[in-house]
Amino acid sequence: MKKVFSRPESLRKKFVFHYCPGCGHSIAHRVIAEIIDELGVRGTTIGVPPAGCAVLAYNYFDVDMIEAMHGRGPAVATGIKRVRPECLVFSYQGDGDLAAIGIAETFHAANRGENFTIIFMNNAVYGMTGGQMAPTTLLDQKSTTSPPGRNAVLDGYPVQISEILAMLPGTAYIERCTVNSPANIVKTKRAIKKAFQYQLDGRGFSLIEILSPCPTNWKMSPIDACRWIDDVMSKQFPIGVIKDTPAEAAGKEGAGHDR
Amino acid sequence: MNSKVLMQGNRIIGEAAIRAGCRFYAGYPITPQNEIPEYMAENLRKVEGGVFIQSESEIAAINMVAGAASAGARAMTSSSGPGISLKQEGISSMAAQELPGVIVNMMRGGPGLGNIRPSQGDYFQATRGGGHGDYRTIVLAPGTCQELADLTMDAFDLADRYRIPVVLLADGMIGQMMEPVVFKEPKPRQYSADYVLKGAGTGKAKTIKGLILDPLDMEEHNWKLDRKYRVIAAKETRCEIFNTDEADIVIVAYGTAARVAKGAIKRLGDHGIKAGLFRPISLWPFPTEELRRLAGTRKKFFVFEMSTGQMLEDVRLALQGYADIAFHGRPGGVVPTPVELANVIVRQYRRDR
Ligand SMILES: Cc1ncc(C[n+]2csc(CCOP(=O)(O)OP(=O)(O)O)c2C)c(N)n1
Ligand code: SF4
Repeated sequence: MKKVFSRPESLRKKFVFHYCPGCGHSIAHRVIAEIIDELGVRGTTIGVPPAGCAVLAYNYFDVDMIEAMHGRGPAVATGIKRVRPECLVFSYQGDGDLAAIGIAETFHAANRGENFTIIFMNNAVYGMTGGQMAPTTLLDQKSTTSPPGRNAVLDGYPVQISEILAMLPGTAYIERCTVNSPANIVKTKRAIKKAFQYQLDGRGFSLIEILSPCPTNWKMSPIDACRWIDDVMSKQFPIGVIKDTPAEAAGKEGAGHDR
Repeated sequence: MNSKVLMQGNRIIGEAAIRAGCRFYAGYPITPQNEIPEYMAENLRKVEGGVFIQSESEIAAINMVAGAASAGARAMTSSSGPGISLKQEGISSMAAQELPGVIVNMMRGGPGLGNIRPSQGDYFQATRGGGHGDYRTIVLAPGTCQELADLTMDAFDLADRYRIPVVLLADGMIGQMMEPVVFKEPKPRQYSADYVLKGAGTGKAKTIKGLILDPLDMEEHNWKLDRKYRVIAAKETRCEIFNTDEADIVIVAYGTAARVAKGAIKRLGDHGIKAGLFRPISLWPFPTEELRRLAGTRKKFFVFEMSTGQMLEDVRLALQGYADIAFHGRPGGVVPTPVELANVIVRQYRRDR
């Protein structure tokens, strides 16, 4: 009988994801692992998990990993990639990790055109610490630290990280996806694979933003969380390719310095 | 034999690091250590595999060093005062993850933004770990430019041997002065590369982590680190004992303060006071036994620091009430002259008599 579905080699043999039911992290993990398998790079991949709900990613991925302090993933990944340019290097970060405490590391790694990939899990809240407001929390969205809903005057606006980074000449590929339906998961997989391929081709910094359901902190059922991404969240954070630098331009715009 | 060259302290650190095989440097400008990143920008990129990054902050720099160390490179960062404070989270993380690395602190006047004059106010921060959690770093305090060269090289060896961050603690004065140095031949790198990440190949994947959720496991990790620190404390103390054979008074001072003390010792002789010097070179581990041994025969100790009295506490702990300890301090970026120090000591002991 033909095998159509199995555990990717790049996920460990025995584990249970600790993520909540309906959480986007487990889907993203699986997709990344499938791509590492398909590209045949498990043996040369180094991942950098964050402080956040995905902190235990090294218990799931069967690839070399080093945990970064909160927000510092892009700096750690920079150190690794510059020493080991032959490796596929990715950091995996939540929106608090990337867009708040680690915005400087993210922005400047992108601006230097560091040749690694960031998987940016945007769930519009701080998941791990219990649902506080994130830089990406929508206006009027309730969180434990914006109880009446995010107020632009008092709390500022949701940050469009991908659009901001796309303005930097050092960035090669940026796409926003979501994992709220089988069709969107397939698109997310295509996007990450493209980003990894760009990195393997030495084309510079890539980032895939994933709108990721957090039913627990959104206080929704998993199905409603998926619907909310379509109906509300993706209006603020439109899905699609945000930047795709052609190969000819890559040499000029960053990427030139694996050392 | 390598020939003698005249170089500035900060540049000596850069050169010694490159000769020791440092292949990754990240740092952010801050006076009085800017010549270190400038030297690395100029020279490290010329070496095969050498990476220099001017990072966006000291926080980024130390985390880049952690990444480079995890990938197997000898890596270094340098800063001063406020920048070293920013690195503390990263140093704590490297201690937890048992990553080697060298951190240079060219101390300046503090607290806060302070000033850019030489100071020794970061002794507590350096010798007590500095960041959060139960950990130590090895701390080496050079007193001359020659020692800057030697200890920079040794710092990389110690970092590898114990998989620990090593702090080179000097100050703006030593960093800015020029003295002749001879660079020694570096030792071949000896370390177990078990931890190094390069991709799992066809084997088992490795993880480097500091998060240990189970308190009993975290406790065990703390004890494991503690066992390592005890070995270091037993094996790696360093000090210079100068002119103490006939001495009635032993001055205890390190780094720039010890240079001032040596000048003062000559002048004290003119006043008929026989003084010697005990100079800790490793500040952690502190040379407690060596100092205690001196106290067997000598009873007057005079601690001199460019701070309000930080190493003083380690001297008190070492001597445990068995000797008289006096103190003179000049915090905030003041470097007293040997004459001032000699006068203070003369006054102190004339009064005592
Ligand atoms: C310096 C520091 N500050 C705060 C924390 C606590 N902390 C851990 S994860 C986290 C936020 C996680 O949110 P996010 O990055 O959005 O990831 P998610 O959990 O939602 O996946 C915070 C504030 C920390 N570990 N370190
Ligand atoms: S809290 Fe949210 S982000 Fe964290 S595991 Fe649960 S659903 Fe996922």
